[in-house]
Amino acid sequence: MATTVIDTIPAHLKPFVPSPTPATVTTEKSTIWGWLTTTDHKKIGTLYLFTALFFFLVGGLEAEIIRAQLGGPNRHLVSAETYNQIFTMHGTTMIFLAIMPLSAAFFNFIIPLQIGARDVAFPRLNAFSYWVYLFGGLFISIPILFGHGPNGGWFGYVPLTTKAYSAGINIDFWVIGLQILGISSLAAGFNFITTIINLRAPGMSLMRMPVFTWMAFVVQFMVILAFPVITIALFFLMMDRFFGTQFYEVAAGGDPLLWQHLFWIFGHPEVYILVLPAFGLVSEVLPTFSKKPLFGYPVMVYSGILIGFLGFGVWAHHMFAVGMGPVADSVFGVTTMLIAIPTGVKIFNWIGTIAQGQFKATSASLFCVGMVALFTIGGISGVMHSSPPADLQQTDSYFIVAHFHYVMFGGSIMGLFGGIYYYFPKFFGRLLNEKLGKWHFWLTFIGMNLTFFPMHFSGMLGMPRRIYTYDAGQGWEVFNHISTIGAYLLAVATAIFIYNFFKSRVSGDAAGPNPWGAGTLEWTIPSPPPVYNFAVLPTVTSRYPLWEGKQADIESARINQQSGKTAEQLGIAIPYGTIKPLLAAAFMIIMFSGLIVGHWLILVGAAATVLALYGWLTSPLEPEHH
Amino acid sequence: MSTATVSHHYSSTGLENRKIAIWAFIGSECMLFVSLISTYLIYKDRSVVGPYPHTPWTDPSTGHVYHAILNIPVTSASTFILLMSSLAMVLALSAVENKGKPQRNLGERILGNSKLWLFMTALLGLGFLGCQAYEFTSFVNEGLTIKTNLFGSTFFTLTGFHGAHVTAGVIWILTMLFIDFKRGLGPADALNVDIMALYWHFVDVIWVAIFTLVYLIR
Repeated sequence: MATTVIDTIPAHLKPFVPSPTPATVTTEKSTIWGWLTTTDHKKIGTLYLFTALFFFLVGGLEAEIIRAQLGGPNRHLVSAETYNQIFTMHGTTMIFLAIMPLSAAFFNFIIPLQIGARDVAFPRLNAFSYWVYLFGGLFISIPILFGHGPNGGWFGYVPLTTKAYSAGINIDFWVIGLQILGISSLAAGFNFITTIINLRAPGMSLMRMPVFTWMAFVVQFMVILAFPVITIALFFLMMDRFFGTQFYEVAAGGDPLLWQHLFWIFGHPEVYILVLPAFGLVSEVLPTFSKKPLFGYPVMVYSGILIGFLGFGVWAHHMFAVGMGPVADSVFGVTTMLIAIPTGVKIFNWIGTIAQGQFKATSASLFCVGMVALFTIGGISGVMHSSPPADLQQTDSYFIVAHFHYVMFGGSIMGLFGGIYYYFPKFFGRLLNEKLGKWHFWLTFIGMNLTFFPMHFSGMLGMPRRIYTYDAGQGWEVFNHISTIGAYLLAVATAIFIYNFFKSRVSGDAAGPNPWGAGTLEWTIPSPPPVYNFAVLPTVTSRYPLWEGKQADIESARINQQSGKTAEQLGIAIPYGTIKPLLAAAFMIIMFSGLIVGHWLILVGAAATVLALYGWLTSPLEPEHH
Repeated sequence: MSTATVSHHYSSTGLENRKIAIWAFIGSECMLFVSLISTYLIYKDRSVVGPYPHTPWTDPSTGHVYHAILNIPVTSASTFILLMSSLAMVLALSAVENKGKPQRNLGERILGNSKLWLFMTALLGLGFLGCQAYEFTSFVNEGLTIKTNLFGSTFFTLTGFHGAHVTAGVIWILTMLFIDFKRGLGPADALNVDIMALYWHFVDVIWVAIFTLVYLIR
């Protein structure tokens, strides 16, 4: 049988190639060196998934310590100084090391599959992003083990974080670590923008793309526009701390509000960066388990784009209490209310999807329905903050903590868990245990509400954020007590999930190409996919090729599901594995650490990074095509 | 810079991946420089002590008179040098794209010499950097450092970021020049030279904005 003939025959004319066992055939060895040198988006996505889940547990442990400390009045479980490090790292870890990378796991694994591509546009840059994340995550997380953890809050307000008020190296790790992590996200942003624009299969117009890819597309634009701003904010703080500049020095005429503006111009788009991927996952899961297409696809796309734009116009609602004046307060109040509209529209479309379909309650779909409900609650408290006078009471209280945990946990995390249950079979070829999954869901749903709903009340009763302890007799004890119990329940729920995750990888039920009967391209190939993804690059004629596609789509899907051939047999060039992205990442972190270790190391690290980059850029990505 | 030779694989838009990526990168860099420039503008006229960019200042404690720090004529010259480097870059790209076509007279031989124009681009870029170095050291000698006041901090950080970008660009151009000497650059390399040119022109445009907002506008 000719090996390259298949690639040249139009899809609808290709013969069906039967194979006795639809097997995953890969020439890749699953060794440690294979993982260190991988440029395969599926492997990189898997690395992100494991690392992100690890950091989720780290952030969760930090949360448990917080709740244990606050469970009753005047406790002293940890010192006040340690407590500052714990809550700072809880926020930093959850946002930058858990939620964003969990989204990245799905961007990496799923986007090329959903658009019918063999990989992302720049596979080595993709690997680089991961290694920078891993090394940067370790850089920012390890110091707390030695008592030098960042302790200025996840948003690092000046002047607290200036050298005058934070003389130790704690903030230095934070300032440098976040800049490192920013580089990881920026590189991925350029990669996925190029991938989504340029590597879509024939026939996949933008308005035929799955909504998850659309939301990811909006997110990448937000990343590349927002991260430079926080980079500059951090750079200024770093310059003040290390080199005595005056950016945030009041005595020199500097303005602490400069930090707040720069930070929140990044920070607000960041929260939409955190939630839009989860929105995208929900928009994939709910149609599958309602057995009908997403309700109002164009509206879902346009509302996502609108959220992306408007997200850059609301940042000062984090600053209603600083005295910006009535004009600024009013403008940002109005824009914040406006952004509730495209967000709310999505809720209705998800309800519309389920309402007229044949809903099936699985772990995946339950988490997504839970997301819709809990995010709505979080959105309601959010729109309450949009009124500046109301926010004067709410700001910096536990009412805000309640809000953002409803949208971040109830929204992002629930949606991401839904995505994990949905896509686990595609990643690993096995199904997660449904019974354990439902226990995980219900315990999480109950635990989450137990933990965070009472915070609305303690916040309204005046309990401030970030306090180490509190006196009895203010009416806060009962709410904190319930929250702590809820947090312990969440720990149990998460333990069940981790057990399920690792057990199912080994002994879960085998999953075929499409265990859920879904409609999009990633379900037209084996689980897990072969290294080349698609034996035959599909031609797309609809939004749900497996539900509505023409005969050619179905035919290419059949070929892809049962090909069973290696890349060599199909004549597909696979990019080389290479250690250079890892080396470039490692040398870059070494260069940054020179700021703390010694300035000579900056030069050494920079030289080594440049050498690694030269080696990377002058070697070919893949074998020559015929 | 990569030696990958195949660049005609399928794409959804007919554009090359690297072209799209460099534009996304430039968009991101715009936000970087907008943040730096905005900070400079917000902090303009808010320095508590001098020296100042456009006005003289007498230090009340020492009585020392500092003149206006910025030197428009000198910086106009360095701006001109940088702008000419963009012209050289355009000619370099054109030479690479048209390599192999017959060169009928001296003029065409000069215009078609990619090594010459890459060298000129790098030389003019280095010239700009040399002017910056001269300017910065003279400011420091005159009493303005990055720590002195808000003007010093914002000015040196902004122009320093720009200078770092120019330096990276010069290294890129010199690498391309080295490859031209080693194996020659031809139409197959046009995409890579084009991307380098886009980056270089972007850096030039940023300088035009900085020169206007920092030096020319009082």
